[in-house]
Amino acid sequence: MTKISMTVNDKAVSRDVPDNTLLVEFIRENLRLTGTHVGCDTSQCGACVVHVDGKAIKSCTTLAASVDGATVTTVEGLANGKELHPVQQAFKDNHGLQCGFCTPGMIMSATDMIARYQASGEELTEAAIRHELEGNICRCTGYHNIVKSIQDAAAKMANA
Amino acid sequence: MFDTTYHRAASVADAAETAAKADDAAYLSGGQTLLPTMKQRLASPSDLVDLSQIAEMQGISVAGDTVTIGAGTPHADVAGSTDVQNAIPALAALAGNIGDPAVRARGTLGGSIANNDPAADYPAACLGLNATIVTNTRELAAADFFEGLFETALEEGEIVTAVRFPVPSRAAYAKFPNPASRYAMAGVMVAQTGDGVRVAVTGAGNDGVFRHEAMEAALGTNWSADALADVSTDADDMLSDMHGSAEYRAHLVGVMAKRAVESA
Amino acid sequence: MTEGIGARVLRKEDKRFITGKGKYTDDIKMENQAYAAFVRSPHAHAKVTGINADAAKAMPGVEAVLTGPELVADEIGNIICGWAVSSKDGSPMNMGAWSALATDTVRYVGDAVAVVIADSIAEAEAAAEAVEVSYEELPVVVGSVKALADGAPQIHENAPNNMIFDWEIGEEAATDAALAGAAHVTKLDIVNNRLSPNAMEPRAAIATYDEAEEHYTLYTTSQNPHVARLVLSAFYNVAPENKLRVIAPDVGGGFGSKIYIYPEEIVCLWASMKTNRSVKWTSTRAEAFLTDAHGRDHVTTATMGFDAGGKIVGLKVDTKANLGAYMSLFSSATPTYLYATLLSGQYNIENVYCNVKAVYTNTVPVDAYRGAGRPEASYVMERLMETAAREMGMSPADLRLKNFITEFPHQTPVIMAYDSGDFAANQKQAMEAADYAGFEARREEAAKRGKLRGIGFSNYIEACGIAPSAAVGSLGAGVGLWESAEVRVNAVGTIEILTGSHSHGQGHETTFAQVVADRFDLPLDGISVVHGDTDKVQMGMGTYGSRSGAVGMSAIVKALDKVEAKVKKLAAHTLEASEDDIVIEGGAVKVAGTDKQMLWHEVGLAAYLAHNLPEGMEPGLKEGAFYDPTNFTFPAGCYICEVEVDPDTGTTEIVQFVASDDFGTIVNPMIVEGQVHGGIGQGIGQALLEGVVYDDAGQLLSGSYMDYTMPRASDLPSFSVHHQSTVCPGNPMGMKGCGEAGAIGSPPAVINAITDAIGNNDLSMPATPSKVWAAIQAANAATAAE
Repeated sequence: MTKISMTVNDKAVSRDVPDNTLLVEFIRENLRLTGTHVGCDTSQCGACVVHVDGKAIKSCTTLAASVDGATVTTVEGLANGKELHPVQQAFKDNHGLQCGFCTPGMIMSATDMIARYQASGEELTEAAIRHELEGNICRCTGYHNIVKSIQDAAAKMANA
Repeated sequence: MFDTTYHRAASVADAAETAAKADDAAYLSGGQTLLPTMKQRLASPSDLVDLSQIAEMQGISVAGDTVTIGAGTPHADVAGSTDVQNAIPALAALAGNIGDPAVRARGTLGGSIANNDPAADYPAACLGLNATIVTNTRELAAADFFEGLFETALEEGEIVTAVRFPVPSRAAYAKFPNPASRYAMAGVMVAQTGDGVRVAVTGAGNDGVFRHEAMEAALGTNWSADALADVSTDADDMLSDMHGSAEYRAHLVGVMAKRAVESA
Repeated sequence: MTEGIGARVLRKEDKRFITGKGKYTDDIKMENQAYAAFVRSPHAHAKVTGINADAAKAMPGVEAVLTGPELVADEIGNIICGWAVSSKDGSPMNMGAWSALATDTVRYVGDAVAVVIADSIAEAEAAAEAVEVSYEELPVVVGSVKALADGAPQIHENAPNNMIFDWEIGEEAATDAALAGAAHVTKLDIVNNRLSPNAMEPRAAIATYDEAEEHYTLYTTSQNPHVARLVLSAFYNVAPENKLRVIAPDVGGGFGSKIYIYPEEIVCLWASMKTNRSVKWTSTRAEAFLTDAHGRDHVTTATMGFDAGGKIVGLKVDTKANLGAYMSLFSSATPTYLYATLLSGQYNIENVYCNVKAVYTNTVPVDAYRGAGRPEASYVMERLMETAAREMGMSPADLRLKNFITEFPHQTPVIMAYDSGDFAANQKQAMEAADYAGFEARREEAAKRGKLRGIGFSNYIEACGIAPSAAVGSLGAGVGLWESAEVRVNAVGTIEILTGSHSHGQGHETTFAQVVADRFDLPLDGISVVHGDTDKVQMGMGTYGSRSGAVGMSAIVKALDKVEAKVKKLAAHTLEASEDDIVIEGGAVKVAGTDKQMLWHEVGLAAYLAHNLPEGMEPGLKEGAFYDPTNFTFPAGCYICEVEVDPDTGTTEIVQFVASDDFGTIVNPMIVEGQVHGGIGQGIGQALLEGVVYDDAGQLLSGSYMDYTMPRASDLPSFSVHHQSTVCPGNPMGMKGCGEAGAIGSPPAVINAITDAIGNNDLSMPATPSKVWAAIQAANAATAAE
């Protein structure tokens, strides 16, 4: 057992957990933040994507112990109080989700992608969005409206 | 996942010492391969020694004609480094196309080459660019480091700490990804180096990354895609699986090599 | 009315999903919860000669290790197929015994042998590895053709030659005669590739036993919780229905794979009673590949004959359907009544005959996956039509036009009575949207870039809304396929709709509310949908086969009719007017042409106060209805796919995908388009990327996302989706259904496009780069030889 402390969604948390605890297990089972999902065992589906120290990573392929002390944001921590994050709002506005299971990971990857492109000044084209989504699998939407949602959010965030 | 004991190493020396004391330690870097393997209960190290926060294994520096990359540097940092982009754009592009963005944020150069997955990209970069692999005990030429499928020259407990890439006069990498895993089915690094033309192939060979000597000879006399027109790749040396036959992979090696030469 | 039928209303359910507050089964944690880990067969076929669980039972945290013989001793019943399909000689299908935990034989890799219940997942998994099972390996067969061959390994004693049934439909002699007299005959050998459904939420179950009440509660990932309760109770003998509550909370996609009641759910319920703990099981993705029912897997030979003018004179189809090691719940219907009945396609064909042999193999059970039989049928039809057009030198569009059914109702030779459609209109719309006329110029331009460009059609028709209970009953279904609804108007005027349909991505919380908002001209905010809980909702049949619109909403309409009648009667009484003069609009119930009215909520209040009701009227305002369809519905459409193939690598890029669908009435175009996008994505997945592969020993080679290619964003284009509708005369709203069309219509369009591009028609799905490259080499070799 190791005592793991981190800041999750702006809140300091601390738990004693076995050393082999994955970050996603820490988030779901220990913190009971169940918006972060597990859809595969091979680090490909992206349902588990969260931000660690500002970067999107797969929480199913990260030990909680290895990010001890980090700042973590999950989908539950994205909105500003009652005000949805622009990416969340765009997914709703553009019907970017159906069953909702991949959605938290999609939103966390999209947020990271938009931030990286806006920081670099590179244009986030449709082709770029599709390429950037390589690590997020959706079975419901054919990605059509996910791509639209990210385009919409990126445009609104650029103008914000 | 089996029980394990986690250690966060503060330095390379600390890591080696901790690993030496354990029953059956494994080094953990980005964990993008090791952790899925452990989750499937296919690996059960008694101890995990985390190298990801060792400062001396981080970072990128360019000195003269050499780019040195700390083994703990994530792929995303290599891809995004203007130093690497300027010195060896092929290397930055290769790193920027490994896995997906979340994998690139965690996965590291050292972790990739120490694992030596036969379909990984970095081994082609190291071999094709004639890199030197620096460990806590010695330095090895890439050609001496990679020893077949998932095998390297690393001794028990030895840690890759950095890789030194000589800057080539030109180089490019072209990859045909496996449709499912997106690892390379055929990835070819071509480079004009101080050591002559080098062509390194990953993903396709049945013994891991290899140098394609016939292509090197052809490109050595005529650096052009046309020079590769009559160079064949022996299908007997290629992998064959549900994603593609050996013949197909042999053909892809040629196509990717030509595309790499054209974009170099 | 901006939120009624036809409006693009944003989804009411989205907020919880985008903020991480969805509640899926694995998100639930019970008091005193234990975890199940299954011991699974590593062999595709073996006798179980012994199980030693002593070491496992002694491991830390282990509550119990349970095996098949104990399950049988507790009289838990075998898993059944609920649709009886007989062979052409009248003999019943040969259903082999399937125990939720194997008793003496395992028949596929992943077959459950024992279960460990422990305090944590890690402890359960560790103990499961420590259970020692002795196996005596038996010979293995994985393909349907080999399984039928003489001398093949026998999988179930009561199924000689592994034949489950040898079924037929249509007139064979007449079809043979028509083909013999045909001016042109097109013949194709077709494999419809085996698929893994891959809903992104893996299956999960949590069972809780209340000893004092002898009552069970099961949270599970189900598309049809009521059917699950019925089957668990009536056939698996877990508990009487009144002692079993089944809840399907948020469910992360189904695509058919969550219709069935699997061994794990049965075992969790039983284990909860044995251990007096809540027992939770969540599938890993690896387990999902090994145990979720697969889809498709047909091997078919199809022959279509034409007269000299290009009119179809007959179609003969021979199909071998691989049903895997056991018969899953609807496995028998999928390759028969949901397949061969669509083999008239959109065309006027006098003679159709189909023979289907259903076969056991040492693979995971196969059952309905999005489209279920209809994608297989449309693939046969549309590959034949495109091939025939090429062979006869006709345009594929003209050949279809020449053969379209144009008058309705139309009785096909294979049971179905099509009720409506305008196939030519869909084809015209799709061709215009795709700029079909400009294709040759695009092909030439692509050739200059070294790319092979091709275009392909697919004019699909399907049967949805399954279907009149009496009709499916006469065909062997063990259930009725109606739907139920209840509309509760509360005393404050808000409304709850309770439905037997189940939403696992379809957006029922929005569209069902739109139907009610439309009827009573009320805001959506005050209307809620309740579903997925057998304690809350009366018996219902669930969501599959694109039935929630045509059948589920029709039940709501029937209940609304009753509510409306009562509201009008009550208002007429209160306002002292004639019922005929009462209109409901703008949040009020009014006497037409006067200023007399009751606000909507005042009607609700009056109904519950019951101080002044008409003579004989019961208090309250709540009505229920059961709706049984009068026919299947027949969504149809035309899809056009345009591709560019890189001849150097065999890579296919879909450069354009156009859909023109006839879904009848559309409640929410945004949601319908989303269904089409997703269906096309899965159809393109089948055509280009996806395929389950077993080796000859029955080991699953495509057992993770490392080897099973899921469509990713970069594999797909944005789609051009259009509607051209005729109203369905068979149900009150005129709806046909939209959930499966994309997956049904798209695969042949993709393969027709690629074969057009490369000039070689011999190409099977999935058309991976490696296969396409090989087909190009073969075409080049053939050209060189000429």
